[in-house]
Amino acid sequence: MSAMIAPVDEAGIIAAVQAARAAREPLAIEGQGSKRGMLRPVQAARSLSTRGLTGVTLYRPAELIISARAGTPLAEIEATLAEKGQQLIAESPYLNGVFGTTAPPSIGGVVAANLSGPRRITWGATRDHVMGLRFINGAGEAIRSGGRVLKNVTGLDLCKLLSGSYGTLGVITEVTLKVLPAPETSATLLIETPDLASAVAALSAGLGSPFGVSAATALPVKDHVIAAVRLEDFAASVAYRMEKLRGVLGSLGTQRVMEDAESRAFWRGVREVEPLQVVPDEAIWRVSVRPSAGPQIAAAASAIGGRVMLDWGGGLVWIAASPSSANHMLISEAAHTQGGAAMLFRAPESLRLAVPVLPEEAAPLAKIGARVKEALDPGGLFNPGHIRAA
Amino acid sequence: MIALPAPKAEILARREEIIVALTALVPGDGVIAEGIRMKPYETDGLAAYRQMPLAVVLPSTTEQVAAVLRYCHEQGIRVVPRGAGTSLSGGALPLADAVVIGLMRLNAIHEINYADRYAVVGAGVTNIGITKAVEADGFFYAPDPSSQLACMIGGNVMMNSGGAHCLKYGVTANNLLGVKFVTIEGEVLEIGGTYLDAAGYDWLGLITGSEGQLGIVTEVTVRILRSAEGARAMLAAFNSIEIAGAAVDAIIGSGIIPVALEFMDKPCIHACEAFAHAGYPLDAEAMLIIEVEGSIAEQDALLARIKDICARFDPISLKVAETAEQSLAIWKGRKGAFGAVGRISPDYLCMDGTIPTSELPRVLRRIGEMSEQYGLKVANVFHAGDGNLHPLIMFDANDADSFHRAEAFGADILKLCVEVGGCLTGEHGVGVEKRDLMTVQFQPHELTQQRAIKSAFDPDWLLNPAKVFPLQGALSPALAAE
Repeated sequence: MSAMIAPVDEAGIIAAVQAARAAREPLAIEGQGSKRGMLRPVQAARSLSTRGLTGVTLYRPAELIISARAGTPLAEIEATLAEKGQQLIAESPYLNGVFGTTAPPSIGGVVAANLSGPRRITWGATRDHVMGLRFINGAGEAIRSGGRVLKNVTGLDLCKLLSGSYGTLGVITEVTLKVLPAPETSATLLIETPDLASAVAALSAGLGSPFGVSAATALPVKDHVIAAVRLEDFAASVAYRMEKLRGVLGSLGTQRVMEDAESRAFWRGVREVEPLQVVPDEAIWRVSVRPSAGPQIAAAASAIGGRVMLDWGGGLVWIAASPSSANHMLISEAAHTQGGAAMLFRAPESLRLAVPVLPEEAAPLAKIGARVKEALDPGGLFNPGHIRAA
Repeated sequence: MIALPAPKAEILARREEIIVALTALVPGDGVIAEGIRMKPYETDGLAAYRQMPLAVVLPSTTEQVAAVLRYCHEQGIRVVPRGAGTSLSGGALPLADAVVIGLMRLNAIHEINYADRYAVVGAGVTNIGITKAVEADGFFYAPDPSSQLACMIGGNVMMNSGGAHCLKYGVTANNLLGVKFVTIEGEVLEIGGTYLDAAGYDWLGLITGSEGQLGIVTEVTVRILRSAEGARAMLAAFNSIEIAGAAVDAIIGSGIIPVALEFMDKPCIHACEAFAHAGYPLDAEAMLIIEVEGSIAEQDALLARIKDICARFDPISLKVAETAEQSLAIWKGRKGAFGAVGRISPDYLCMDGTIPTSELPRVLRRIGEMSEQYGLKVANVFHAGDGNLHPLIMFDANDADSFHRAEAFGADILKLCVEVGGCLTGEHGVGVEKRDLMTVQFQPHELTQQRAIKSAFDPDWLLNPAKVFPLQGALSPALAAE
């Protein structure tokens, strides 16, 4: 474990970056460390954490805007919003179970990894709701992008570039997110279908209905597959839409409705990938494809003894299987064949070092990417080798 | 007036040779070089600025776009991408030494997939064209800029266009899955695809709204959504801007997110009513149009809630549409707002700053004071839910002094937007219009950072020069003003 620097303010982050720059020593960038173990391990003598930068800095419920320092625990943001009946839109996951960690995820880490939960299929990803952020670039300068308003096209959108960059382009110190009112209630329709293809067809029918389905997952259980679609809204609307939805999906299998509390617990589980019941020595892959290709990815996973669950209408395939290069190649190839992409989400360090955890980019794009990295982090200080081998 | 960079003399001198070369790359009628035929391309929606280009090329395929860019890159020729030319910020304004690449011939709809809810379309397909292609099956493409009848999806991607329904459905960036992207070097890249959240850096997010600074988009994969069962509007008019603003806060605070929440001030109400006879209350200082979606019963329930909320703010008028026709009538004035102002003034400038909605009363009061100082009338119409203002500054283009005052007035409004915590542009883009105001919103090192990223895509700064970034400043090579 490398020595950690954890400044309590942005000036401290800047000082740490400038010191690293002067010494030409790379830094492992992290938040609270809840997702340590994701992507390739960073070879750096020191790590720089934003865990000391905490606190909500601005919250305007009527403007649907919240700002917080990067190290603020996700749970603190959620609690602040809940007091005013609001919520984060993308239903960001915790993933402590997946990574076997206990540290609370930070909002900066959620943004840096662009992690989104089940609601992503309808309401957008975390990155869609990043209205502004501050980050420290590799020259030790504080850079702002976006702002604290809901519509902003002023200049290049570095909010999106930094979201999902896993700390390789800059150290995010503060984020501003769009939020929405929390729904009055929710309910979920479960449909027992014979196989994944039928389940995904049911999810497509739900998502293609006019009833505002806000999440859609398919969970293989023994000899059948449970398709689940969620409604979130005012209670009268949820009741009305559930009746309509039951009609639309009536012919597709046996139905059961989960009311609010049960529904919330169920989707919390889906968000945290719990139904996959991953055991500690398995690897986890996250494949994104067009929803109707989900069953083919699942079939490829079954062929290597893997287990799956599908979210985002079938387009997000979580796979648990034994951690081997051969399995990784097979899953990556299946994703590529279906026009999607596979990410090695969790695996022992040896596997993460042996294979590309993310798909390679086309050569011309990789060339531009290297120049963009150079533009933001000229000394190559931040998380070297974290997403691709150096 | 905003300065444009000096044209490269050696490029101007080689015009004939360049036209011959471009004609070989885009044969048939793909190159326009005669003055009279280039005339429609000399300006865009910011008609106060005009400049004839070196030539106009109208490619029909991605390969032709790539070939033209490769050639221009080799020869050091500047290029200006253009969709329908509806930019209100001068995003498609040509330069004398630049080749305009018009994308309107890339107008095919390649694929529509309802099961996976996406459509793959050429950059030259109009915004409304996407919805038209899928509406018979109950689907639509969500972002709906006012220019949607004419504007093209490629331009929408480049400007990250918004519209009246962003509060619920988001802007262009939130409704894309992928693009086919051509670099200045003529490489064709597939960015994203037909699936969500492509692995690696969010190139799609960076390209969206980049105003032609990074490359040219030739094909777009958009998300299509199933339409709600129905939608209906109501109108609420109030005695003051402050009260209307408070009503907006109360609606949002109640947990309702209307699909649209539009605001008009008194001058705008009058202009629209004279134009559309929509039955707007002429004694109101401010008016809201609020639209909700769902079944008839759901619409009734939501509109009743909103009506109750508005009733607490002593409204002058509350009118809930009972039918789809009445709903259309309420929208008719708003949708014709720009045309209505065009009727009462020979010309107008449409501003586009965004502010935190809590600053609304203060900002509108200041705009009113500035209107008197500058001696120019202004009408305000905007998306109230997201704070995106559209002050329409009325002037007479035949009177140079009036135009200069209008530009200065507009700049002051945008500076005010930044001062209260907002931004220069919510959906129209920086273009040439707001380029020199970028220093109001960003510090020099922040602009340098953005320029460095632009340089990573376009090291020679050939792509849409003189837009977005002030001409002076670090890392903007060879763009000295004329």
